Amino acid sequence: MSTIVNLDDSVPNVNYRQVGKPLPRTDAAGKVFGKTPYAGDYQMPGMLHMRVVRADIASAELTHLDVEKARALAGVVEIITAADLPDRMAATDIPGQTGQKRMDTDQQVLVRKRVKYFGEPIALIAAETPDIANRAAELVAFTLKPIPGVYDPIEAMKPGAPIVQGKDNVVATHKIKKGDAAAGLAAADIVIENTYKTPFQEHAFLEPEVGLAWIDENEVINIRVCTQVIEHFRAIADAVGVPHNKVRIRGALVGGGFGGKEDVTVEIYLALMAKRTLRPVRLEYTREDSLVGHGKRHPFTLTYKTGLTKDGKICGLDVQIIADSGAYVFLSPYVLLYGAVNAPGPYKVENLNVFAQAVATNNMFTSAFRGFGGMQSCAAYEQQMDECAKALGMDRIEFRRLNYLNTGDEISTGFVPPSAIWTEKCVDLAWKNLGGELALKKDGPIKIGRGVAAYQQSYGRLTFLHDTSEAWVGVEIDGTVIVRSGVTDIGAGQVSALGQIAVEILGVSLEDVIIYNSDSAVTPLAGTTTATRALYMTGNATKMAAEAVRKRLVARAAKSFGVEPDVVDLGGSRAFVIDNPETSMEFIDLVKLCASDGIHRSELVNFKAPFSDYLDPETGQGQAHPDYVYGAHAIEVSVDTDTGEVRVLRSVAVHDIGQCINRAAVEGQIEGGTQNGQGFALSEEMLYEEGKLVTPSFSEYLMPTSMDMPRVEISLLESRSGLGPFGAKGIGEPAISPVAPAIANAIADAIGVRVFEMPITPERVVNALKGAVGQM
Amino acid sequence: MKNSKEIILKINGRNEKITVPSHRTLLEALRETGHVEVKCGCEKGDCGACAVLVDNVAIDSCLTLAWTSEGKEITTISGLGTPDEPHPLQAAFRDLGAAQCGFCTPGMIIAAQGVINDNPAPTDDEIRMGLSGNLCRCTGYAKILDAVGHAASEMRKNGEPS
Ligand code: FES
Ligand code: FES
Repeated sequence: MSTIVNLDDSVPNVNYRQVGKPLPRTDAAGKVFGKTPYAGDYQMPGMLHMRVVRADIASAELTHLDVEKARALAGVVEIITAADLPDRMAATDIPGQTGQKRMDTDQQVLVRKRVKYFGEPIALIAAETPDIANRAAELVAFTLKPIPGVYDPIEAMKPGAPIVQGKDNVVATHKIKKGDAAAGLAAADIVIENTYKTPFQEHAFLEPEVGLAWIDENEVINIRVCTQVIEHFRAIADAVGVPHNKVRIRGALVGGGFGGKEDVTVEIYLALMAKRTLRPVRLEYTREDSLVGHGKRHPFTLTYKTGLTKDGKICGLDVQIIADSGAYVFLSPYVLLYGAVNAPGPYKVENLNVFAQAVATNNMFTSAFRGFGGMQSCAAYEQQMDECAKALGMDRIEFRRLNYLNTGDEISTGFVPPSAIWTEKCVDLAWKNLGGELALKKDGPIKIGRGVAAYQQSYGRLTFLHDTSEAWVGVEIDGTVIVRSGVTDIGAGQVSALGQIAVEILGVSLEDVIIYNSDSAVTPLAGTTTATRALYMTGNATKMAAEAVRKRLVARAAKSFGVEPDVVDLGGSRAFVIDNPETSMEFIDLVKLCASDGIHRSELVNFKAPFSDYLDPETGQGQAHPDYVYGAHAIEVSVDTDTGEVRVLRSVAVHDIGQCINRAAVEGQIEGGTQNGQGFALSEEMLYEEGKLVTPSFSEYLMPTSMDMPRVEISLLESRSGLGPFGAKGIGEPAISPVAPAIANAIADAIGVRVFEMPITPERVVNALKGAVGQM
Repeated sequence: MKNSKEIILKINGRNEKITVPSHRTLLEALRETGHVEVKCGCEKGDCGACAVLVDNVAIDSCLTLAWTSEGKEITTISGLGTPDEPHPLQAAFRDLGAAQCGFCTPGMIIAAQGVINDNPAPTDDEIRMGLSGNLCRCTGYAKILDAVGHAASEMRKNGEPS
């Protein structure tokens, strides 16, 4: 259970009736009674079952492909290979809802000749039963002739390296320049240089990718699918070769996403097969398909060179970032940009140089993952802050205090975030709640240590994507409320929050609202559920729509009461005069009056985020995001110096979320983000050998279980300064960012040496300790 | 299909006939008979999403063959309670925010019932141990542990049969 900490400057200006309360979400009951249908739970009569045949070598040429034996198997209905798709390509970078120009990154739908990564799809099979589809997959004969590949981004940049993308494998470069970093470093009293590494991470949502497609009476390809982005209907239509209005995505509540269901997954395969067979088709990934089938978190190598004055000021910073984009581009340029913009973290750096490159290899492609590049930078800058404090012999909190960005300060791109920057309050509180520095690390093999990390993480999409979101709110004649919005709900309560916002404005309760969402043809398009944007964007659209309806209802009530509209309020399912609540009427009677007067009881709103041009390509100056979230995480660990085993003993989170909409949902985001961050720090790594995945199951890819997670001690600050509804910011991604560096800092505090590469496995801890002994 | 036979499975108190081959898992058979409330997360015994009670013991239905489940009492999340008569675990998961995406929830609640069947007064550590085969990627387990602890104490108060 969290506490909401009321600081003097965050006294609520409104007493909310629904907002900020830990209400059960509107989707909770369906889930606990087993009634919620997920995309995989839908069936249709006569439906076919699909399988995807994949390459088992990462870099090769397809020299021979024979599907005749598979086709001859009784019950096999259709097999599609690249030969059937001579001119079809699929987009990999999709800005979703916006009309902005895409990058030139299209890829083959199925392997034509060149295989670039392990698991790249070669053929699609449709059969009468799953068993037959599986047997047919084994009968597809193909020969792959290995081609020398490249599996390390630094190798991939060397002259003569095998080319995977473009002319030189560099798929994106970003530069950020402010002041004069070289001069700042030259003038420094101390320069600290370190290189930090982060791993491939898997989203590991519990629901593997699944979908069901059919063609309706209007020749529209309908796809029921688990996705974060129903706006992919456009890219799917382009890939299949039909007009955009001939593809309809019907989402379902999603069994976890975390960015892993942000790109297209099974949709194009389903659409192609439904179009070919004219029968309903279903494709459900096995866990192994899922692990080889969707992009991972980009591994980053980050080299920080920090110039410090003796009294603890950062006077120059140079950051070099190399990200492994894997075999295809996908969202690499955007992920890398988040890494670059956030490279200095929530600190004032007047002399800054960031140079970031994303490089193609024959590893699994990498794309969106909660934290989206900003998290990898945070893993580095917060470890570097501790290293700097140590080199200066300063207290690590006091060193940070000398360098914080404060409200009204410019970030790396020269942009001034419009909201509060409360890093200092968050760090101080997190550190206080944890108990501050330990006097004693304990003798014996088990050492205890503490660490803290702050962060800066955006909410809302890149402003040059010109993001918009729509929602519709209407009131029925019996006083019930309907919200319609395309938003997808990936488990964080995105949909329920819209209901809470609408009923807050209309003065009714959560039981009175039904929310229709996630249908690209009939619910107004809300944009992606990504980038910590759903509450900010669609929450605002919903609030504005509800306010428009409210205004008309209030005007009608005022007319009946014989008062001005500004003295009328809605609450408790009544309309009443604020200073004279006796003068009132039931909400339902007011709605009936409006209906009989022909007053419009619904509204469709299009909310626009701030729009900007692209950042200056040479200096990276300009606006990148609408705004940023700030907060901190503090950790206590024990480290067994004999075995290298790390246990997280305490986990303390403090975030300025702007305004809490649903307390339990906010806590849930922080608890889940903490878990994913802890896994990233300690145990989770997708391992590839020559591009081949060697951790293809949950018994090899190790995530924190119920045995590993301490309860997170949460404090929420509410600056009410965010751009979201009621001053909310966002918490989906911020929750994860600071966890891993806080753990790394706690481990370094416990054992006196740092492990510069995540995950910090027992083996790496033991090796670091051995190295330290060797140096002494 | 050769090597198939008709079996009768007693699911949530009702006998259901199904013809399945010998290699069909209980998970597949349940989903084929419309019990899609039982989820598939891995088919390898790694995640616990497919957990059901078989004669009051929580098992991974993906590791159990349908043929061997004949004559036993199989309970899925839908057999525990309904919105009108919620099982204390369902009420606690709903009210305490223990379901986020909800995909692990059916297996998690069943596994929790398995823990309580064994031990009506489990400590926090015993609950953690009992649920360690059930992965959840959304919640960090905190609200799940709270909900299970709360439901167990409610059940003790109500003297519910374990
Ligand atoms: S589906 Fe049975 S344990 Fe994962
Ligand atoms: S609630 Fe999503 S996996 Fe547990």
